[in-house]
Amino acid sequence: MATTLVFVEHQDGQIKRSSQELLQIATKNNQKTLAVVFGSQAKALAPACAQNGAQEVHVVADAKLDNYNSELFLAALSAVLEKIKPQFVLASSSSTGRDLFPRLGARLGTGVVSDAIELNFDGANLKAKKPVYAGKAFAIAEFKNSSMQIVLMRANQIPLSSVTAGAGQVVEHALPAIDLKTIVQEVVKGASKKMDLTEANIVISGGRGLKEAGNFKLLNELADVLGATVGASRAVVDAGWVGHDMQVGQTGKTVAPTLYIAVGVSGAIQHLAGMSGSKVIVAINNDANAPIFQKATYGIVGDLFEILPKLTEEFRKVLGK
Amino acid sequence: MKIFVCIKQVPDTEAKIKIKSDGSGIDPAGIKWVMNPYDEIAVEEAIKLRDLNPGSQINVITAGPKERAVEALRTALAMGADEGIVVHGPDNLDAYSTAKALAEAIKKEGDAQVIFTGKLSIDTNQASVSQMIAEFLGISHATVVSKLQFAGDTVTVERDIEGGAKEKIQLKTPCLIAANKGLNMPRYASLPGIMKAKKKVIKEYEVAALGITDADRKVSYSQYSLPADKPPVKLLQGDASAQVSELIHLLRDEAKAL
Repeated sequence: MATTLVFVEHQDGQIKRSSQELLQIATKNNQKTLAVVFGSQAKALAPACAQNGAQEVHVVADAKLDNYNSELFLAALSAVLEKIKPQFVLASSSSTGRDLFPRLGARLGTGVVSDAIELNFDGANLKAKKPVYAGKAFAIAEFKNSSMQIVLMRANQIPLSSVTAGAGQVVEHALPAIDLKTIVQEVVKGASKKMDLTEANIVISGGRGLKEAGNFKLLNELADVLGATVGASRAVVDAGWVGHDMQVGQTGKTVAPTLYIAVGVSGAIQHLAGMSGSKVIVAINNDANAPIFQKATYGIVGDLFEILPKLTEEFRKVLGK
Repeated sequence: MKIFVCIKQVPDTEAKIKIKSDGSGIDPAGIKWVMNPYDEIAVEEAIKLRDLNPGSQINVITAGPKERAVEALRTALAMGADEGIVVHGPDNLDAYSTAKALAEAIKKEGDAQVIFTGKLSIDTNQASVSQMIAEFLGISHATVVSKLQFAGDTVTVERDIEGGAKEKIQLKTPCLIAANKGLNMPRYASLPGIMKAKKKVIKEYEVAALGITDADRKVSYSQYSLPADKPPVKLLQGDASAQVSELIHLLRDEAKAL
């Protein structure tokens, strides 16, 4: 049985869904599943890790790790890995994961694959399927010359289920003392309390068909009813209607929600690349020839200014909001 | 001040990707190659920094097959970078060997104060080379940076994280900064810029001569495939009200997406 260590991320006293997925994937694949958790809350999260299959929960319960700092996290994680030497390390392809693990890989002389959507545990080898060219194609990544195999996985890839709980034995580690050159001064919260586009279960994107920036309020109203996050096409981001953190596409964010609703988005290749992994796609556009319809599950050819308010109202009734 | 910018040549975002018949990679036929869009932002930021520090020099560096990789260097030189460096090697180097090759070449050039990169390249989406270079050079790094300010040897940056939130980070030079959209609007190369770029020096290194061996290849990619064809779209009929009711019905009962 190979040992897989999952780097568990948490927020507001809960382990993130993406980390639960990783613990469950490791457990279901008959791995000896270990969790590593950082920060002053780390110990309190051990039961949640155990419930998702962790047999051991390695904690560095230091308040200096409450916010992400690349140097401190790198020092803490290297020290833990040094001791337990797992074959496989799984983490989420999040801001933290993507910043931290490549540097860790370089330090340990080992490979890192990011953005995986499917894992295949094959004895001593971990193979990962990942989108390339922002989802225009896929490839299988395999490791060579790597004593540890590190894979970062995208969120929302498997449904959560119940797995055989692990013992969740807590093992404490100390944060090594380092000469800190990088200081995180503060974390400025985003204006929106919504989930990030990359983690959201429902995404509603707007494009040039909305005619002007102010009309994004139509999307926001629908998003509020559905608990969705609002995205945008490159055209409207470049036009300055909304911030670049909302852009979906090859030079924006790649999303794979359960439901993607494209409103007034024509569907340039680079946009389709960023959202075609969505499970169900709805396109609303007045141009029946818009390329977005080639990727859509359901399409409405019509006037979005007529359709959207009705859709919001109907959803409100149906969902009792 | 010596500033480095690491860039990569990638297929244009509008390129249609086709797979070679043996699945070993993408079919390069008909692909238009461009500078990775995030790298343009990195080049622009380097130019802004040079403007603030007269006498500074911008070296733009890339790894890959030199026959085509130099085109990306020429674009950066036309934007205003001073000198190009190509680390000649195969087009399928993984992130680890690429980072090691670039770091070795930068070491040989010496005295890098600030290294700019794009936050990721839009081909492999790995977002790894930047942090790996920083580790190989033993310098601090910040990725996904959309704002930055220099004051002496201190750099204050804003790094974009989930949900529109930002981390404000202070680093010391020498450091590596990986640029995100929003940091600046990259300039287009002007015609005089393009003319001047033709006369600028492009130095060459070889991957093997920099000590990069097969043992540095940590990840290999194979079995390339295209996404499965989607079944044709179901277009909803009737007036707006009928379309809306039908859509909600289908999302709930057929797709179970709610």
